[in-house]
Amino acid sequence: MSASEIPGDLKFLKSHEWARVEDNGLIRVGISNHAQEQLGDLVYVELPEIGASVQAGTGAATVESVKAASDIYSPVSGEVVEVNENLADKPETINEDAYGEGWLFVVKASDRSELDELLDADAYAELIENDDH
Amino acid sequence: MTQKTALNATHRELGARMVDFGGWDMPISYGSQIEEHHAVRRDAGMFDVSHMTVVDLHGARVRDFLRHLVANSVDKLKVQGKALYTCMLNEQGGVIDDLIVYFLGDEFFRLVVNAATRDKDLAWIEKQAKAFDVTAQERPDFAMIAVQGPHARAKVIGLLHEVDRARIEKLGRFAAAAAQGPHGVPLFIARTGYTGEDGFEIIVPDDQAVALWKELAAAGVAPCGLGARDTLRLEAGMNLYGQDMDETVTPWEAGLAWTISLDEGRNFIGRKALEAQKAAGVTRALVGLVLDDKGVLRHGQKVLTPSGEGEILSGGFAPTLNKSVAFARVPADATGNVRVDIRGREVPVRVVKFPFVRDGKPCEGI
Repeated sequence: MSASEIPGDLKFLKSHEWARVEDNGLIRVGISNHAQEQLGDLVYVELPEIGASVQAGTGAATVESVKAASDIYSPVSGEVVEVNENLADKPETINEDAYGEGWLFVVKASDRSELDELLDADAYAELIENDDH
Repeated sequence: MTQKTALNATHRELGARMVDFGGWDMPISYGSQIEEHHAVRRDAGMFDVSHMTVVDLHGARVRDFLRHLVANSVDKLKVQGKALYTCMLNEQGGVIDDLIVYFLGDEFFRLVVNAATRDKDLAWIEKQAKAFDVTAQERPDFAMIAVQGPHARAKVIGLLHEVDRARIEKLGRFAAAAAQGPHGVPLFIARTGYTGEDGFEIIVPDDQAVALWKELAAAGVAPCGLGARDTLRLEAGMNLYGQDMDETVTPWEAGLAWTISLDEGRNFIGRKALEAQKAAGVTRALVGLVLDDKGVLRHGQKVLTPSGEGEILSGGFAPTLNKSVAFARVPADATGNVRVDIRGREVPVRVVKFPFVRDGKPCEGI
């Protein structure tokens, strides 16, 4: 898979965060490859605490690139059960593998119907296509 | 309308991410900004800086005119080709722009001023020049490429006509000379820069810029965008006009005291205001900050000191240091417990002398 292809199992916020429903029902969250390209080299990631409660569509984390700091919204409401500790020393992992090793945190969703509000991969691809023009 | 340099299509061919910069469509990076930064610190990189404005000054009294126009003293320029960094001030001592002056002849000096301030600079220069019978001629027919890094000079010299190589090899820091480039292209080569590394800034005729860029790329010089230029100049402790100083700030308050020459009998614009401010005591100072903790210092963040508040001017991640540094304007006597408000969190920072990095290495105490 090339970096520009979007995995079909992901759902997206318009603000470029992705959500993936894991086999165990938890929701893994990251930012899109398009987002990391726009941000440029990432140099610092501020993640939520484990156990913190997050609200869909509100700030849950912050990523800082050489260019700017950006709030990262959680695609779903719930409790943070895991965060990607590796990003503390290697924030560039997000640039290298936004849909894989560069994930940010995992949420135990309190209202799974929120997932239906998200864009599917095709709709997101169309969104960023229009973004570029 | 957005302006384009002669290299615009070349940047796009290279896949550069383009941004508007002071009305110009410029490359911010071609891939990883951090890799471009390291290329300049470790080897050689090049920047399209054709958006900068070249102004040629001619007239029998051009030296007198410059003694009046700028705060540093052109009397320091004794040898043809020598360059001087200076501020151009208003009557209140505020900085209209910072620029480089080249001494090219008894009746001929060249200025290189910022792109974003072009219109007001030209208007100011022309207004002041009238009394001295000096003509100010903009040179939009020139492009400019900065080649910077420990191997930059060698790579440029390798492209020059053989008869010019030894002479350009010996060119001193902050001096310029004419030379012939590939295929006899007339170049104006200055040993100056905005990165803290050795290197050249090369003025080339617009229609030859693409050819020169491609020859440099073939010689192993990495294309670098304005993003890397910004982190490099920040590490090197160099001010950015509009961010670190402007017309509301004097050089005393902008870490630019070293560019003020209060030489006897020279009545330059803004001198009275600078002397009055110095006599009364300068209450604000530009200092360097280092954040040892994780996080990034950014323009506009509030700085908290025991003597009062200040603010971050230029701030960012410093790839050579792998941490964040900044310039801040703070009360002049601020020391001790200094913190920066990063999104509501008060983070301790160290006040340091800058530059932060010089010739590829962190400076002492950084």
